[in-house]
Amino acid sequence: MSTMSFSDTRVLTGRSLRHILRSPDTIITTAITPIAMMLLFVYVFGGAINTGTDGSYVDYLLPGILLITIASGIAYTSYRLFLDMQGGVLERFRSMPISRSSVLWGHVLTSLVSNMISVALVIGVALLMGFRTGASFGAWLAVIALLVLVTLALTWVAVIAGLTAKTVDGASAFSYPLIFLPFISSAFVPTSSMPGPVAWFADHQPVTAIVNSIRSLFDQQPVGQELGYAIVWLVGILLVAYLAATALYRRKAN
Amino acid sequence: MKSPTLTAGSIEVVGIEKSFKDLQVLRGVDFRVEPGSIFALLGSNGAGKTTLVRILSTLLRPDEGTAQVNGFDTQSAPAKVRESLSLTGQFAAVDEVLTGRENLVLIAKLRRVPNPGALVDELLERFSLTEAGARRAGTYSGGMRRRLDIAMSLIGNPSVIILDEPTTGLDPQARSEVWDTVRELAAAGTTILLTTQYLDEAEQLADRIAILHQGVIIQNGTLAELKALLPPSTVEYVEKEPSLEEVFLALVGTDSSTGGNKS
Repeated sequence: MSTMSFSDTRVLTGRSLRHILRSPDTIITTAITPIAMMLLFVYVFGGAINTGTDGSYVDYLLPGILLITIASGIAYTSYRLFLDMQGGVLERFRSMPISRSSVLWGHVLTSLVSNMISVALVIGVALLMGFRTGASFGAWLAVIALLVLVTLALTWVAVIAGLTAKTVDGASAFSYPLIFLPFISSAFVPTSSMPGPVAWFADHQPVTAIVNSIRSLFDQQPVGQELGYAIVWLVGILLVAYLAATALYRRKAN
Repeated sequence: MKSPTLTAGSIEVVGIEKSFKDLQVLRGVDFRVEPGSIFALLGSNGAGKTTLVRILSTLLRPDEGTAQVNGFDTQSAPAKVRESLSLTGQFAAVDEVLTGRENLVLIAKLRRVPNPGALVDELLERFSLTEAGARRAGTYSGGMRRRLDIAMSLIGNPSVIILDEPTTGLDPQARSEVWDTVRELAAAGTTILLTTQYLDEAEQLADRIAILHQGVIIQNGTLAELKALLPPSTVEYVEKEPSLEEVFLALVGTDSSTGGNKS
């Protein structure tokens, strides 16, 4: 059974990766907005922002930009899933002798691949803009692992949106608040500069813990408790979204 | 896929009821489809045809009653049912981004066909899609899409094929192509359940016709049996004029290899 679903997942992932190969613009558009934001913040606002650190602003900013990249990239998963549902393709798969979860996993793994490509593009531009890190191989692996976890958690949220959407626009609209969330975190400015209640929110939402962890890893600083918070948040979101998405998918059979 | 049991390829529906909230769509449906026959479920829009099709293909659970496909119960052995049948839904469910060939290969891989390449070549040939095979399915005409859709359903040799309104929205040529395909399939021993709202389609194709009306089967029989329900016909002499369809087909030709092809 598990080897069967693994093979089905592989075939279905291959299928949606082909979709991405045929429309590489989805990866480019995912990367363009975060890159534009990075240019704007580094070359326009950055000079006026006091981060209280010695490094350059692009070093400070990059972790948050990477999260925005992922938050905008996952919307394509809802979009593709919605189109599969609308066109009857999902129905065809569900009436075939294949493992049911493989249909969703195919989309999720595709999201992982395409988001990692977008993230690599954004990091490439950041390097051109002067981003530097002395992070060890291990620290890089930890950063990548965190970004993979972020992508998986948010993609499962996107699956819920795709399965419940009534229109194409609705399928991707859910990601706007996610893109906005990094602005009320330590991604662009230190939370200590915000008024009390806003700072409290920023300090207690997952983006701050994730951003600070990635920043420390790039900065060769000890990550401390925040990495723990980040992982607990992400695993929590991942589990809840995964269970909700698979339950929704099963309930569609009734 | 021939097997010696009596249930091979059959469909058995007993007392199926299904409601959506307060709306009772199916109110006790019973019928049986004999192996290798063509069974038409005739009904107007909203009669409950698609709901019934979804129950048979394990996409929906009935509130009451049982449905068996190929001798397997849709609720206790859904995996076996899915192995036994192929569903061709109301909207040609093809992946528009993939080419026709890639669509077929995808299904062949999912159905674990040992040598997908050879089978796919054969299917493209059989459905006059060899030239179009390298083009994205999104560029196909309605008739080509439907042909590809049906070709996808044949992969894995299911003993039962369910066609939900297979010719809705097709032009006359594409429609007669689909009819030919259905006849070929039945001749090869596949059991076919098709739903339709077109009376002539049921008349042309089906061994048995069941009329689904307001959630129940109100009549079930052969065409001759159904015709016998009305008073015997009287003989009238009328001048035979060609139907518009005959004129249309005579003018544009019925060659299926060019029919429905955009290019």
